[in-house]
Amino acid sequence: MKFSSMLKVVVASTMLIAGAAQAENKWETIRIGTEGAYKPWNFTDASGTVIGFEIDLANSLCARMNAKCEIVAQDWDGIIPALNGGKYDAIMAGMNITDNRLKAIDFSRPYAISTASFGVPKDSPLAALAGTGKNLNLESDAEEVKKVIEEWKPLLEGKTIGFQGGTIIDEFFEAYLKDVFVLRGYKTTEQHDLDLAAGRIDAIFAAQAALTSTFKRPEFSDFVIAGAGIYGDIMGRGIAVGLRKTDPDLKAKFDEAIQSAVEDGTIEQLSQKWFGLSMTPKQ
Amino acid sequence: MDMSYMVDVFLELLSGVPLTIQLVATSTAAGMILGLLLAFMRMSSSAAVRLFAQTYIFVFRGTPLLVQIFLIYYGLGQFHHTLQDIGLWWFFREPYWCAILALTLNTTAYTGEIFRGGLQSVPFPMIEAGRAFGMSRFVLFRRIVFPIALRQALPAYSNEIILMIKATSLASIVTMMEITGLAYKLISETFRAVEVFVCAAAIYLVLTFVITRVVQGLEWWLSPHLRRDPKWMMRRDGDRHYAKSQAASSGGL
Repeated sequence: MKFSSMLKVVVASTMLIAGAAQAENKWETIRIGTEGAYKPWNFTDASGTVIGFEIDLANSLCARMNAKCEIVAQDWDGIIPALNGGKYDAIMAGMNITDNRLKAIDFSRPYAISTASFGVPKDSPLAALAGTGKNLNLESDAEEVKKVIEEWKPLLEGKTIGFQGGTIIDEFFEAYLKDVFVLRGYKTTEQHDLDLAAGRIDAIFAAQAALTSTFKRPEFSDFVIAGAGIYGDIMGRGIAVGLRKTDPDLKAKFDEAIQSAVEDGTIEQLSQKWFGLSMTPKQ
Repeated sequence: MDMSYMVDVFLELLSGVPLTIQLVATSTAAGMILGLLLAFMRMSSSAAVRLFAQTYIFVFRGTPLLVQIFLIYYGLGQFHHTLQDIGLWWFFREPYWCAILALTLNTTAYTGEIFRGGLQSVPFPMIEAGRAFGMSRFVLFRRIVFPIALRQALPAYSNEIILMIKATSLASIVTMMEITGLAYKLISETFRAVEVFVCAAAIYLVLTFVITRVVQGLEWWLSPHLRRDPKWMMRRDGDRHYAKSQAASSGGL
């Protein structure tokens, strides 16, 4: 055999092996990026393991897709760049579908809905914020949202409000409550919880699920949720799996798995277990 | 890379520069004074004072600045009732002051060691010569020891200032929107990490460039004996050139 033909054989067989390995490996293992600091969606327990609603759900979804799940922790700031950079294949981090994010990544169908409210000290005048206990959709309840927010403004005037920076809350404040209060952006929700307890800030604005879980802890017994729960439009069309635009096959797999998890009540059961409330999206 | 987007990012990040400069200027200025004090404590004849200084340096050099900022801000925040009682809460309530405190305490430890090195490198014969002239301890320090010590310490100290400029990026974890804090915010809006961080890096580069030039100028001013260009010695009329350069520079001092 001449050297050049030998080379051809070697190259061809290498390509064949590589190709076969790739086809076989395609979504046999799915690496899922999560924040690990967003209780109870995903958080790190005392032993350093990431647990939470999304970890349980990820395992259930992966089982439905006949794949192995690998959880990768990643700071919120870099969570989308790291997906596009290939550090993992999917994001499950309490992330809402928004237009801005859709420019960078794709989303599966929603696996949960999430509303956001203020968290305030019980004895603060802010506890009287309008709409407590009600959920308002920025799109379909636009009129009522406007009314409620006008009622909020005098109470919130000049206060310092903590929130997790770089989230949809940024966009919401920008669009509806610009320059009403002093903003303080935190890296994680745990950090603004600490500062709320310390009295450094007057209120926090966060997802109700996160607030509910935080305020269950004894050191937060003097805090309550105040104001209407906000969702829809820029506040998110539902919590979904974030995926690279180049992986439509993975999106199809996730869509199907989520659909079946909604239908057989797995999501409802996990939602009750972790949040104590129903976060199941409509069929 | 999209150039018009880069320009927008650059302009937005520039709005964080004043805060970065404030953090660096306040904490290095305070750190310089405290560091000098610490250097003297470190060389004190009292064993207790020496031990205190050594322990301080050990603790603040031995732990990450990130951990120090966290402990001072979130850690002390949990003792807000006590701090309120002793009237210090107004200070610890503000992320700005907590960031400055953490940066100052940290740089003091490094600066103390740098200054100690500088002070101990002053040749003893020079001190002896000063004493022979009948200089008091203060005059000796002001005229001989300090300028020479500062000159020796400057290269290492300029490193410390540069490290401080970069360390301010950690203030973003206590909600300070300096250059890095703004960069994170922009990335989370557009997810274009490369463009944003390239711009942020460029701004830090300019800041450190200015600082290195300033320190270089200071070093030049303090080292007249090193200003003679060695090339002149090779020239036949080198002596004349040297005399001229000396005449020109003596006006400056």
